[in-house]
Amino acid sequence: MAATILQTSGLCIGYAPKRRPRVEVAADIGVELLKGELVCLLGPNGAGKSTLMRTLAGLQKPLAGEVLLEGRDLHGLAESERARLLGLVLTERVDVGNLSAYALVALGRYPYTGWDGRLSAADEEVVRWAIDAVGARDLAGRSVGELSDGERQKVMIARALAQEPAVLLLDEPTAFLDLPRRVEIVQLLRRLAGDSDRSVLLSTHDLDLALRCADRLWLLPLDGPLQTGAPEDLVLSGAFQRAFADVEFDPAIGSFQLAQEPEGEVGLVGEGLHALWTARALERAGFRVVGDAPTCVEIIRDNDDSTWRLHTATGDRVCSTLYELVKYLKH
Amino acid sequence: MATAPTTTPWPRLGPRWGLFLGMAGALLGFFAISLGVGSVSIPLDAVVAILWGETDQKPSWSHIIYAIRLPRALTAVLAGAALSASGLQMQTLFRNPLADPFILGISAGASLGVALVVLGTGVTGAGLLVGLGLLGQVGVVAAAVAGAAAVLGLVLLVGRRVQHTMTLLILGLMFGYLTSAVVSVLLYFSIPEQVQTYVLWTFGSFGAVAWGQLTFLAPVVLVGLGIAGLLVKPLNALLLGETYARSMGLGARRARLWIIASAALLAGTVTAYCGPIGFLGVAVPHLCRALFNTSDHRVLLPASVLLGGILALTADLVARLPGSEATLPLNAVTALIGAPVVTWIILRRRTLRQAFAA
Repeated sequence: MAATILQTSGLCIGYAPKRRPRVEVAADIGVELLKGELVCLLGPNGAGKSTLMRTLAGLQKPLAGEVLLEGRDLHGLAESERARLLGLVLTERVDVGNLSAYALVALGRYPYTGWDGRLSAADEEVVRWAIDAVGARDLAGRSVGELSDGERQKVMIARALAQEPAVLLLDEPTAFLDLPRRVEIVQLLRRLAGDSDRSVLLSTHDLDLALRCADRLWLLPLDGPLQTGAPEDLVLSGAFQRAFADVEFDPAIGSFQLAQEPEGEVGLVGEGLHALWTARALERAGFRVVGDAPTCVEIIRDNDDSTWRLHTATGDRVCSTLYELVKYLKH
Repeated sequence: MATAPTTTPWPRLGPRWGLFLGMAGALLGFFAISLGVGSVSIPLDAVVAILWGETDQKPSWSHIIYAIRLPRALTAVLAGAALSASGLQMQTLFRNPLADPFILGISAGASLGVALVVLGTGVTGAGLLVGLGLLGQVGVVAAAVAGAAAVLGLVLLVGRRVQHTMTLLILGLMFGYLTSAVVSVLLYFSIPEQVQTYVLWTFGSFGAVAWGQLTFLAPVVLVGLGIAGLLVKPLNALLLGETYARSMGLGARRARLWIIASAALLAGTVTAYCGPIGFLGVAVPHLCRALFNTSDHRVLLPASVLLGGILALTADLVARLPGSEATLPLNAVTALIGAPVVTWIILRRRTLRQAFAA
């Protein structure tokens, strides 16, 4: 049984402005983060993901309840102590001026260095380890201003790692990245969580990726309490579908469907990869794919070529691409 | 952990000492030239001899150097260093490449103080440098100190309460508008001699500071620079913005307060004694970023102090128009040098953000 690093009890998050009623974003949050786990925080916009991340990062006081970090009250810790336990990476791209990636990662040693921030040889060892850990060795000498968004996020993760934190918090770190870069960052985080006693909490909008990579999900719906569990548990219990009720989640294929006006039923004859993607094309166009219907698509494979023969009440038609098929069906 | 692949060598942190040595040498050189040049020209070897304490030089030269040129040159170095260090801190704190030492309204406060004294009580005279009696000059400096200190206090008070650094920026801006409105009303109802005295103060000058005032100016500037020196680490963290800085263990409010205190103390004192000197505070940090190719404050702060001193001495030299009796307004000279420099730096980069990075 892995040890708990971070734990909350009766946590109520939100804002308490002066002379105005306080705004409660989410209440009664009791969660825990175990060593070596990668946890994804999911929820619709406005559910309070960022507020929760800020509260767990110690940047914002909770309205009630407490956050225990290695058994100690997070909000009672001194800033530098907190920074040795928690590393944070945010969405936005920061302009740091003219620093090399190496110097930027070196800033992560902030809670360990003296008044002038000079790095000892041991500090530099940690910096180098952090850069290697994210695979950014070849970026080290480059100016941060020249890095692409993905490279920059890697360097920012290395900087957080240089704090040698027990918990790595990332608030939508992949929001501005393209899919390959997102997968790369998530794989990196997976590895970082797996190789060590560190735990990683990642808030994201990327449901697909979260379902595939997280050891555990924290699901924060717009109303109601935060729910936790393995991604698959939350899908099977229906919690996942309820949290994102406004879009249609298909538990059978584990992804979201675009809601469409139903166009009717289409039969499909064929098998293999071609059948799968034909079905997808038909569903995208709003047809329900069934085994047999008056309108029926037959896949004809001839060596490497394939065509689609459409049987309808008014006659047959042969299409050479799915695009053509869907276009024709719609009219 | 896996052993590091030995492909490219790791970059080295830390400054280029050669450039620092060069700048220190240049500062000493300009200092010596500044002592030798003026309406009476004194050869460099005589300057060095007099400073060395040799007594076999012309007594008039010795007097000129000790009574007039040495305090003036020292003031120029201190003022240039103070304004540049102050500007550097403001640019980082506000994450704004055009921030200068006066962004918090300090020169506006000092101007208001001076305007109230000069225009309100009717101190008249040909100018602060020569025409004013001792009482008048002390009065002007005291008014400028009071005005700058009042703004400093106000800024610190507000700085403790506001959440966002940008609020401070806007407050400073609005305060500047208010002050110039009050000053223009005062000017409107004043007689020409008073207006001239005020305008002369706004031209800026390093010549109004005698030894007696240096004994106050120098320690205050040194304390301000000392505080700035202790702030290099927080300033570096603030390059990433306040949220990241806090996540790395920076006590953001406390750091902000100290940064403002240091910057305001430096700019306020210099403005009180020398007038509102423009452009040094904006231009010098940019020049240092370009020269040293870094944003690391452990390099930029000492570099700004040195380069600020050098440029202030240069501007003063030009303003004194060596070989002639006439002098130019110091602010005109700093603007004539500073504006093209800032323009060049910004145009050399593709975007303003990169100009900041320069």
